[in-house]
Amino acid sequence: MRLGLILGEVGSGLRRNLSMVVSVVLVTFISLTFVGASILLQMQIGQMKGYWYDRAQVAVYMCTEIDTTGNCTLAEATEDQIAAVQQQLDSPTLAPYINEVQFETHEQAYENFKEQFADTTFEGIITPESLNESFRVNLVDPEQADVLIESLSGLAGVESVEDQRAYLEPIFAILNAASYTAIGVAGLMLVAAVLLIATTIRLSAFSRRRELGIMRLVGASNRFIQTPFILEGVFASLIGSVLAGGAIVAIVQFFVRGYLASTLPVNTSLLGMEEALLVVPILIAVGAGLAAISAGVAISRYLKV
Amino acid sequence: MIRFDSVSKSYPGTTRPALNSVDLEILKGEFVFLVGASGSGKSSFLRLILKEENPSKGSIHVLGQHLNTLSSRKVPYFRRNLGVVFQDFRLLPNKTVFDNVAFTLQVIGKSRGFIQEAVPDALKMVGLAGKSNRFPHELSGGEQQRVAIARAVVNKPAIMLADEPTGNLDPATAAGIMTLLERINLGGTTVLMATHDAGIVDQMKRRVIELIGGQIVRDELQGGYQTQAVPTQGRVPHPAASKPASATTTQAPPQRPTVQSSSQGEGLDA
Repeated sequence: MRLGLILGEVGSGLRRNLSMVVSVVLVTFISLTFVGASILLQMQIGQMKGYWYDRAQVAVYMCTEIDTTGNCTLAEATEDQIAAVQQQLDSPTLAPYINEVQFETHEQAYENFKEQFADTTFEGIITPESLNESFRVNLVDPEQADVLIESLSGLAGVESVEDQRAYLEPIFAILNAASYTAIGVAGLMLVAAVLLIATTIRLSAFSRRRELGIMRLVGASNRFIQTPFILEGVFASLIGSVLAGGAIVAIVQFFVRGYLASTLPVNTSLLGMEEALLVVPILIAVGAGLAAISAGVAISRYLKV
Repeated sequence: MIRFDSVSKSYPGTTRPALNSVDLEILKGEFVFLVGASGSGKSSFLRLILKEENPSKGSIHVLGQHLNTLSSRKVPYFRRNLGVVFQDFRLLPNKTVFDNVAFTLQVIGKSRGFIQEAVPDALKMVGLAGKSNRFPHELSGGEQQRVAIARAVVNKPAIMLADEPTGNLDPATAAGIMTLLERINLGGTTVLMATHDAGIVDQMKRRVIELIGGQIVRDELQGGYQTQAVPTQGRVPHPAASKPASATTTQAPPQRPTVQSSSQGEGLDA
């Protein structure tokens, strides 16, 4: 009985205010799509970081006869110097940070090089001796590469210590910037959505002010008076949220899984449907929650007794 | 039933209080007229009883509730014991007579079965049994006011507040409304009616409370619109002078009013 009455009020309010309701739907749709996209982007960044940082190593390059940078003086690193680095890596101060160490000889470096640049002609220009011997260190925690860099850079015969993560940083920086931009746009759009919902509800309340006056006079409880308006706002923004959820699923399905997965290298780890379906309830909750709050605030001044 | 203890009400921005130290008690089952010029504080008085306003000073008890301390969450439940009627009826134009009365019960959560019984009863009581499917604009002013009264009494309130209920009606129709209010009063409901209609007040001979400038200047049982005992300032005792501002205190020096519609109140001070 009461529920039917409240739902009837909601329905009549939505019909009376159709154009405002449509604009609320569109604005929440767009703003929440941006929210969803930025969440997805952050997830993608996280996933890629996890994937690549696990594979990123710290490389300790030893000197060759042609190097002048670092501690090199045009002399090949001696076996003693290599042993000293190895000793450092095995020492109790560094060992806890290190997961695994591999030593790459000239020949291995040359093989890798040949494999990597198979379609170019470098025969005769590049010899195995011109490629650095190196220690490839997998860290327990990739964040702590600085410890290695600091303690090994000074050793004799070491040309340089490189954290390979540094190569990835620009990519993540770009993705991060994109995601923050999306968050910024989403934030502005959400402000617009909240204000629009509040205006819509005020308008709706104004068009029903006679009923509201009588309700207050005869003692309808505040909750009874405000519930239809809050539901009205929540309903409009739920439609927008669901559309935004659909858009997010579509983006993942057709753009990420469809387009990106076919153009990017096979082993690139991309988001899947699971992540998209995780974002959808977040969007719906955000949409409904914001609408409920802004509608509740908007209607509250009609409730003062 | 209703008790005011030295109640004052000032609105922000004015130095003159709308009500000034009003002491008053209205008992169960009384029929009370509240008279006075526009701006004398009648409306503030009614609004205070409804707790649409809070008093600036003093305390108000209505139906055993101390209104000063009544939390705003409980105000709606308190108001369910009051019925209110206005000069301008305040019906919902897009609802039928039946739905207008039923609306009151719906919004306080009464069951459909209760509404189906109570609404026809109330309409029958006000004499509109055959018109429950009409819309307000299809009714005469008197009939619209009857709908408003039906709406006010359908929940069997203990107190009925009427703010110039006959102000928009011709004398014959007004008399019909007064008969109805009298019948409601006989049923045990306390009726408090603010009015400018001297003829009605003089004819009914009920308790009369007169306000001037926010103060009670007269409280008579079986009184008339004009006092019989003490001359009061500048009243124009013409029934037609029921419209605001025509009867003001700037009219004349103290004088014994020239009574037109013979008011024979005994001048008993309560």
